[in-house]
Amino acid sequence: MNLRSIPLSAWIGIAGITIAIFCALFAPVIAPFGEREVVGDVWLPAGGDFLLGTDNLGRDLLSRLIYGARTTIFVALAATVLSFSLGMILSFTAAVMGGFVDQFFSRFNDLMMAIPTLIFALVVLAVLPQHLWILILVMAVLDSTRVFRIGRAVALDVAVMEFVEAARLRGEGSTWIIFREILPNTLSPLLAEFGLRFAFSILFLSTLSFLGLGIQPPAADWGGMVKDNKDGIIFGISAALIPGAAIATLAICVNLVVDWLMKRTSSLKGGRGDA
Amino acid sequence: MPESSSAKNMLLSVRNLKIEATSYPPGEPPKTVTLVEGVSFDLEKGKVLGLIGESGAGKSTIGLSALAYGRGGVRITGGQALLDGKDILTLDKNGIRSIRGARVCYVAQSAAAAFNPAHRLGDQVIEASLRHGIMNREEAKKRALYLFRVLGLPNPETFGDRYPHQVSGGQLQRAMTAMALCPNPELIVFDEPTTALDVTTQIDVLAAIKHAIEETHTAALYITHDLAVVAQISDDIMVLRHGKTVEYGTTQQIIEAPKEDYTRALVSVRQTKRDEAPDQTGTQLKIEHISAGYANGFKVLHDVSMHLPKGQTLAIVGESGSGKSTLARVITGLLPPTEGRITFEGKELPRALKGRSNDELRRIQMIYQMADTAMNPRQTVRDIVGRPLSFYFGMHGAKKTARVKELLDQIEMGTRFLDRYPAELSGGQKQRVAIARALAAEPELILCDEPTSALDPLVAEGILNLLLKLQEETAVSYVFITHDIAIVRAIADSVAVMHRGKLVRFGPKSKVLAPPFDDYTDLLLKSVPEMEIGWLERVLKTRRMESAGN
Amino acid sequence: MMESGPLTGPVPTDGTADGTHPRSAALSGVPAKPNPADAKGEIDGTFWRRFVFRRPLAALILQRLGLSVGLLFAVSLMIFGGIEALPGDFATTYLGQSATPQAVENIRKDLGLDKPWSERYLSWLGGAVQGDFGTSWASKNSVGEQIGKRLGNSLFLAFFAAIVSVPLAVGLGMLAVQFRNRLPDKIINVVSLAAISLPEFFVGYLLIMFFAVKFGVATFPATVYDSMSFTERLSAIALPVATLVLVVLAHMMRMTRAAILNVMSSAYVETAELKGLGMFRIIARHAAPNAVAPVINVIALNLAYLVVGVVVVEVVFVYPGMGQYMVDAVTVRDMPVVQACGLIFAAFYIFLNMAADIIAILANPRLRHPR
Repeated sequence: MNLRSIPLSAWIGIAGITIAIFCALFAPVIAPFGEREVVGDVWLPAGGDFLLGTDNLGRDLLSRLIYGARTTIFVALAATVLSFSLGMILSFTAAVMGGFVDQFFSRFNDLMMAIPTLIFALVVLAVLPQHLWILILVMAVLDSTRVFRIGRAVALDVAVMEFVEAARLRGEGSTWIIFREILPNTLSPLLAEFGLRFAFSILFLSTLSFLGLGIQPPAADWGGMVKDNKDGIIFGISAALIPGAAIATLAICVNLVVDWLMKRTSSLKGGRGDA
Repeated sequence: MPESSSAKNMLLSVRNLKIEATSYPPGEPPKTVTLVEGVSFDLEKGKVLGLIGESGAGKSTIGLSALAYGRGGVRITGGQALLDGKDILTLDKNGIRSIRGARVCYVAQSAAAAFNPAHRLGDQVIEASLRHGIMNREEAKKRALYLFRVLGLPNPETFGDRYPHQVSGGQLQRAMTAMALCPNPELIVFDEPTTALDVTTQIDVLAAIKHAIEETHTAALYITHDLAVVAQISDDIMVLRHGKTVEYGTTQQIIEAPKEDYTRALVSVRQTKRDEAPDQTGTQLKIEHISAGYANGFKVLHDVSMHLPKGQTLAIVGESGSGKSTLARVITGLLPPTEGRITFEGKELPRALKGRSNDELRRIQMIYQMADTAMNPRQTVRDIVGRPLSFYFGMHGAKKTARVKELLDQIEMGTRFLDRYPAELSGGQKQRVAIARALAAEPELILCDEPTSALDPLVAEGILNLLLKLQEETAVSYVFITHDIAIVRAIADSVAVMHRGKLVRFGPKSKVLAPPFDDYTDLLLKSVPEMEIGWLERVLKTRRMESAGN
Repeated sequence: MMESGPLTGPVPTDGTADGTHPRSAALSGVPAKPNPADAKGEIDGTFWRRFVFRRPLAALILQRLGLSVGLLFAVSLMIFGGIEALPGDFATTYLGQSATPQAVENIRKDLGLDKPWSERYLSWLGGAVQGDFGTSWASKNSVGEQIGKRLGNSLFLAFFAAIVSVPLAVGLGMLAVQFRNRLPDKIINVVSLAAISLPEFFVGYLLIMFFAVKFGVATFPATVYDSMSFTERLSAIALPVATLVLVVLAHMMRMTRAAILNVMSSAYVETAELKGLGMFRIIARHAAPNAVAPVINVIALNLAYLVVGVVVVEVVFVYPGMGQYMVDAVTVRDMPVVQACGLIFAAFYIFLNMAADIIAILANPRLRHPR
């Protein structure tokens, strides 16, 4: 791939994601103060010692933002990886096995998707105890329904191609067909889908935290920080908007990269008869 | 140039046409390519000019320039198109609109896509006449009815009440011709109007079009890749290649005395014939009483039997829906038959793919119509051809590479193609690689499913000659599935004619393709256009005589 | 979108948005065509088979209605039964850590948890059909009564959001098509890409910050009560409506653009152009009848999203609707309320998806005029 063929918008996206991941990895090194350390008065304005001011309990907002990147990205990424693995395994199984297995998985998936994700999450989280791994698991399972749908469609698309038929006529086994014939031809759309799921997970996690059902305090996470500081808004204090902007920026960056990946996939398809 | 014609009768005069297109590959600067350059021709009132060429010759682009229209990023950047002495390329929007659909009309290759699915056929046929104020609704309806009759459409009185999806492909193509003729235009551009049709349908549509334009004295640009078709309908022919004129002359001169090598090749392309093998007694492949259908109970094949001696070629010929491709799927085991059995080298083959051993699979290989989709786009030629070697014979390393190179030599492609991806090959090269992949398994029988029908005629001829050469070298047998009688003549030893899932006729080529015929084979053979002026009239005449005799 | 040859310009993939959209694609799209084998074969068979053959349209719609009812039933089973199956005991949670076994036993009896769950499910479902969802554990009020009030408020909000966003989205989508690959289209593309990445609460607080706090032209919180006049209500919901509009607008616009582009690049629009018809005639007569269905489909799907979007927006604006009711109930684990709200939200979602499907079926001339 030619680096110069990557458009500016995708470079912006890549840069934004890199900064966020850097913050997440080296949070203790970069952050000027501790995650839970009360360092000054409540809602101090930006400037001076506190670049972005302080929050509703007098903690440094910038430090919490950096630590928050850690929690938000880790949880969203874990949920995405999990949902993706689950969705892909089930969808490829369904597509290759066909018949009853396919019918059963697909109909169950339809049922899961008949309930809006957020509503489903609210109902389930109302019952389950509040643990980080339960949160990740719930997000992953709910999201895997969308991955299943895409994965099955993509796999079926490729599975009916004649080169797959040719491999079957040669006598190749399922493993070869899935990993050597189908998978390489589905990587591009699936990579784009992974990005989409990741962006969705960030937004979803933030929404849950904002509603008080995601990450529990005092751990810093962006959605929770909005919730903590939202009462300042009516006094004209913008502390709640800063983590909100961070969420939006990261989601935009991911979407910019996804947009480019999708265009690339479709131009490959259109331009060269490539699957 | 055809003999000069008087300026008074001149309808369309194209001078030094230049057409360019700009593409926008994502992330790269826009690219401009020249599609057509330096093309000039003259068309008199009431005459037909045939534009002929392979894909990419620019013939459709030239045809659309007569409507001052460019598809996608296509722009007409130079030259003139004088319609009755006035250059339509310099007209403004309204000027162009007043010509399109009124004085010049267009018939697309796929009428199924070109008709709006939401409206009745009749309304669409008369729309242009009404909008341009050429006639009122009553007159337009009357003219549509007259045209439906001329074009031989069934129930012309009520035909216009139907929706596009309610009529057949051949009827739609004729309806589109009626739509073009309705406003009484001076010129119609026919863009491959019969290419998507079966031969037996093609002859009817062709005859209808010819009759209708003669009847209405309309001039036409007839675009096609099939010289035999255009020879039936046009007065002059222009041969195009890579956007440039190769040869331009009267139909008689082009067909009977072509001057350029390229034209000569096009004229003689379908004339290869091969004598059949004299001894057709052995049976390598034996198909006995095969019936097959799909899971929903739809039966495609009914009690089909045929056989093939070792080292020979069996051509299975039929139109779409005849079940010929289904038969190939049954032989491969992809679609287990519901009845009957298949014997190969004296041993009955397991019905389903799963039941066959690797060696049984190795001995029967397959070549597809679309080499594009038959090869994994993420594998190089080396991987594609090499896989059967390692899979069936356990070859690897230098030995495998050496064998792949040998196979590439055999298909007349150099070793420089070794590390190319399919997307980097031309259509003909792709099909050659697909043949090499089949050969790599050292098969005894290769099933060829229309391997040349998606290729341009000269490229297709190259593939056929290669297949014949390989048969001499390796004594491999072919089951060759095709809709093209010319190919049958060129390569077959024995022939099976199929129609609607049944075997109509089977035997040595000399017997099957000689009278006395059954009705269907007769129709099929007579429908194949021949490279001969006046063929269409002759066939229609004998048809009329036969129906009068009955 | 995928057929673009090497000579056409880049085709922006509008699919970007679709993935993040919590809609059920399983329910959208046109159901499979009637089996050709059935159509060709003899048509005695059962009554249903004959019906499918004679009235394919009615049959498909009936099928779709039946599917929705079945789906709703399955969802109710899942919301009720799923909660039962999950670990955790309500009585214990309800009483907190100080629960004595006796108190737990009492509360279980109080809430009716001692009966077998199939019995409780049937009585719950029976009640739900008549609008009776039991009593809230937290407030001891009738859930149905509360929902009655709040559902109206939520629909009021969603209705105005729809009234504003639908024409705006369709208009912008058409504008983008008109200026395809030129500056206005590119700007709309980038802005809408950014807009679908904004969380609802961020948009909400941003609007509050500017319009309610800095300029003081809008009210916050967006409380509504019975004695308010209609205009007072309208001004109260201005900001929440604006938030919802911004959230669904980008989606709806991108999908509209894709739907219209698909129609405009079709061969029959080219035919119309080659007939020398005027632009207006081409759009009104040839593009519109084929584009209306996909666009209405897009709208219905986005309305389904709107119903869910109200949850967060109501919390942000402290608006007394269903969403806030449900979130509050989830925090205190008030299960009858959670179940009732979950079922109603799911019902709306399923209903709108079904509407989208039925519109797609109705708009298909192949089904409207069978051979």
